[in-house]
Amino acid sequence: MHPIVTLVVQRLALGCLLLLAVSAVIFLGVEALPGDTAQAILGQSATPQALANLRAEMGLDQPALTRYFAWLGGIFTGDLGTSLTNKTDIAAAIGQRLGNTLFLAFWAAVISVPLAILLGLIAARYNGRWPDKVISGVTLSTISLPEFVVGYIVLYFLAVKWQLFPSVAMVFPGMGIIERLNAVILPVIVLVLVVLAHMMRMTRAAILNVMQSAYIETAELKGLSPMAVIWRHAFPNAIAPVVNVVMLNLAYLVVGVVVVEVVFVYPGMGQYLVDHVTKRDLPVVQAVGLVFAAVYIGLNIMADVISILANPRLRHPK
Amino acid sequence: MRMPFSAMLGLVLTGAFFIGALLANVIAPYGVGEVVGGVWDPVSADHWFGTDAIGRDMLTRMIYGGRTTIFVASAATILSFVTGSVLGFTAAVLGGWADQVLSRLVDLAMSIPSLILALVILSVTPVTIPVLIVVIGLLDATRVFRLSRAVAADIVVMDYVEAARLRGEGWGWIIFREILPNALSPLVAELGLRFIFAVLFISTLSFLGLGVQPPMADWGGIVKENSAGLVYGIPAALIPAFAIAALAISVNLVADWVLSRTTSLKGGRG
Amino acid sequence: MSEQLDRFVAAAKAGKMNRREFVGGTTALGLSAGLASALYGKAAQAQAKKGGLLRAGMQGGESTNSLDPALAASEVPFAINMTWGEMLVDVGATGEIQYRLAEEVSANADATEWKFKMRQGVEFHNGKTVTAEDVIATLKRHTDEKSQSGALGIVQGITDMSADGDMVTLKLAAGNADLPFLMADYHLIIQPNGGVDNPTEGVGAGPYKVVVNEPGVRHGFEKFANYWDTETGHADQVEILVINDGTARAAALQSGQVHMMNRVDPKIAQLIARVPGVQIKNVPGRGHYVFIMHVDKAPFDNADLRMALKLAINRGEMVEKILGGLGSVGNDFPINSAYPLFDDTIPQREYDAAAAAEYYKKSGHDGSPIILRTAQGAFPGAVEAAQLFQQTAQAAGIPLEIQREPDDGYWSNVWNVQPFCASYWGGRPVQDQMYSTAYLSTAEWNDTKFKNAKFDELLIAARAELDAPKRKAMYSEMAHIVRDEGGLILPMFNDFVDGVRDDVAGWEADPNGELMNGKALSRCWLA
Repeated sequence: MHPIVTLVVQRLALGCLLLLAVSAVIFLGVEALPGDTAQAILGQSATPQALANLRAEMGLDQPALTRYFAWLGGIFTGDLGTSLTNKTDIAAAIGQRLGNTLFLAFWAAVISVPLAILLGLIAARYNGRWPDKVISGVTLSTISLPEFVVGYIVLYFLAVKWQLFPSVAMVFPGMGIIERLNAVILPVIVLVLVVLAHMMRMTRAAILNVMQSAYIETAELKGLSPMAVIWRHAFPNAIAPVVNVVMLNLAYLVVGVVVVEVVFVYPGMGQYLVDHVTKRDLPVVQAVGLVFAAVYIGLNIMADVISILANPRLRHPK
Repeated sequence: MRMPFSAMLGLVLTGAFFIGALLANVIAPYGVGEVVGGVWDPVSADHWFGTDAIGRDMLTRMIYGGRTTIFVASAATILSFVTGSVLGFTAAVLGGWADQVLSRLVDLAMSIPSLILALVILSVTPVTIPVLIVVIGLLDATRVFRLSRAVAADIVVMDYVEAARLRGEGWGWIIFREILPNALSPLVAELGLRFIFAVLFISTLSFLGLGVQPPMADWGGIVKENSAGLVYGIPAALIPAFAIAALAISVNLVADWVLSRTTSLKGGRG
Repeated sequence: MSEQLDRFVAAAKAGKMNRREFVGGTTALGLSAGLASALYGKAAQAQAKKGGLLRAGMQGGESTNSLDPALAASEVPFAINMTWGEMLVDVGATGEIQYRLAEEVSANADATEWKFKMRQGVEFHNGKTVTAEDVIATLKRHTDEKSQSGALGIVQGITDMSADGDMVTLKLAAGNADLPFLMADYHLIIQPNGGVDNPTEGVGAGPYKVVVNEPGVRHGFEKFANYWDTETGHADQVEILVINDGTARAAALQSGQVHMMNRVDPKIAQLIARVPGVQIKNVPGRGHYVFIMHVDKAPFDNADLRMALKLAINRGEMVEKILGGLGSVGNDFPINSAYPLFDDTIPQREYDAAAAAEYYKKSGHDGSPIILRTAQGAFPGAVEAAQLFQQTAQAAGIPLEIQREPDDGYWSNVWNVQPFCASYWGGRPVQDQMYSTAYLSTAEWNDTKFKNAKFDELLIAARAELDAPKRKAMYSEMAHIVRDEGGLILPMFNDFVDGVRDDVAGWEADPNGELMNGKALSRCWLA
């Protein structure tokens, strides 16, 4: 078997073990948090008796270990269980939310990743000259404003003042693709602005890092245009850090967009997790945690594989 | 080599921010929690930046807020870089089991939703500035680890590293003399951005009720306190937002300058 | 008289008169307030336009919400339940009981036995007729030993309940003149067979049927064709969008994506009011923001220290800065003029740094910092309010230290646990219920740990007292006790502040709750 395939198989197997570890850590962590589901649901209006009754009904009077293994048993039979708080089927709820999150992340990624790399290449090509400065200045400002500030500004101008797009990015089953795209335009714009700078800056820095190498000089002496040198010779050698940063940002687009979801009222995974952590709804937190962990582990494997493939010396180890 | 204008601007601004932060007690016109006016008073001679949502002087809040923001973000960034890059380089150099264990532990730490991680850590320990720094620093260190390991993995297989190994150099020497100089520019670029993320993370924590204790504040927290007025152009919401942006840009201008210095230092033709 | 009355009715029909003016005018003609109010309703609704889709953008919904009325705690579930459900009775805008599923209520002389006569021919959404048995089953589900209902504490005084034909009879352990008000609690929505079979089914006897239920996202309803009350339910469809972020909610209102919103941030109310097409509706309610001290824990077991803190808070400044002027100052007891039998002669407590300093000195406190816990979620502006308190206390030489706690877990770890913290109360329709909930020695939510035998005695006596002036005097005495001896620092009563677009008609101020006590969607129409 090719060493890369071996590596991927090995990493996938380890990934499954990691998922198990993640589920245990999350379970312990949420258990350690003060307050439980019953208390969180009834809130300020909880009487001790109502609390005890609700706990019994949700099975919270069982020992923690029993509940963990019952949950684990469910996972292996493909059953994510039902939410403690509103008795809905977790798999169905997550399916829909995950679909929404991936839809948003997909469009944000499709726009931001190529754009960031292109801008990074241009900035590196014109290093220190005005295109570089303009690109860096603009992307740095958008990344350094808190996300909700970018969100509010976009919301105010595009939805309230000029009324170009809906301020509420609500999507629901049965919506057409055009309608759906129209609904997510504002959150996509904000997400692109938020992730652009990191990837662009890293592309620029990684390319500048290899521009001093001997092979670049050779390529330049061959008479290639500066852009061709960067694209054909510098960029492939600069790919390891870029891929890792792209991976981090993709992961962020899937697991970290709570604020954007809140500002644009988008029914994604982030808000769903926050709500259930607040209510200590462990089965849901566990399920979402597993999905998020799988995203990270998958993306990390992908980044490592691409880094290896991009470097001939790693690709064919001695 | 003459220092370019942008770097100069960056240094001056960064310097001004740091000095303002250090001398907060001396230069702030009012007390940090002192109520001196009405809700969102406009800019005036008494209050250069107006007043905030409960009538405190914005300039004073900004000066004290800058102290928290700059100090915590700098410390957290340094912590994350030292741990993240040293461990990342070590993993790449040692390879094998050590690499596997470190990398998978980082995978584990990254996979746990940071909200849960932050809530758990901060619910078991009291929220103090050192705790904040350690939490932010270590969470960020996982990201730095992945980046530095990936960069170092590319360098480790280079001929000059091979040569050093054959010479019998220890791994410390390889890390600091061979890998670090060649991995510096992606790391410096990352440093500039990690600093921004740390600034923003502090404000996220204060939103969760976990940041610095009132009446102290940080810039992100001040934006949040006044965020309702943001779209109505209330200065109390806009000033701290712009301050964060200005700080971020100037720190990164300095980073750019350092970057161009390091690429030229490496020899070659610079 | 009838000629004049016709004029009033015509004015109301034309929308030229609000309920308060109408009731004031017609009662002067000799009409009873209840009749006048009902008459106004008929007249005002006559111009209602039917049809269309009415949308509300609301804060206070989570993806963990369920349709079980027993578990409703936040704003969105409350509004949802008000849209699909119906109780026996309601509390009207002027504090009177309005008959809903019950059409007549009567009590025996000492208020220990109550009879509710059921309205005939009312249907649930599933086609089943609403019977007295359904009412009994519903009350049983909420009072049951195994109940998880938020109304459990309210209905526990009922010792026996029975259904006989269309009559529901409730027997109480002790007389309670306010029982109908308890039946108006929003948890006590009548469900088919009490909702025992499927509590989260969302089937009730309200004006709208549940069509879409995506907790934390949106809730869609369509008109229930067989609804009994023609004055309610004008739009064909209504929808609640959960928009928890204040700026996003205001943006949705301004851009016309929703017709109404709850919880306008008082700080920006004036800024929003300037936007064309949008109006701010605020109504003084019974809700209040508080700082509570446990009177049984040091240092708050010292009456002088408590008094020092009560005098060291600037109530006017809080109303101005935290509520943007949309509220009124409190007086350290949980009752205001929105309650029946309120005594307005009780002197207002003012900020007095000198007197506070004196009491503080007298208390002999050792000067160690007094820790006040607060959180963003304790009430809107709670962290800022605590900082204002800290400043005014500092001026009196009282070392107040603020500890901000995470919202997450605040109600389980801090409130009712820590000796001094920020909190809020939504208020109750009558004084008895407010005091019984949180100030009776044995109350489960006695969050100031206030135990006073004289107070308890008065409360029980007042509950069965049917003579209004006597009852008022008792409540006044109780107010004095809480105000001067209790652990409650009550700086302000907050208004309900809603935002409405100009094309919404039929809006009426209702001090019982936000968005017309949850009924804005079913009582308003699109003009």
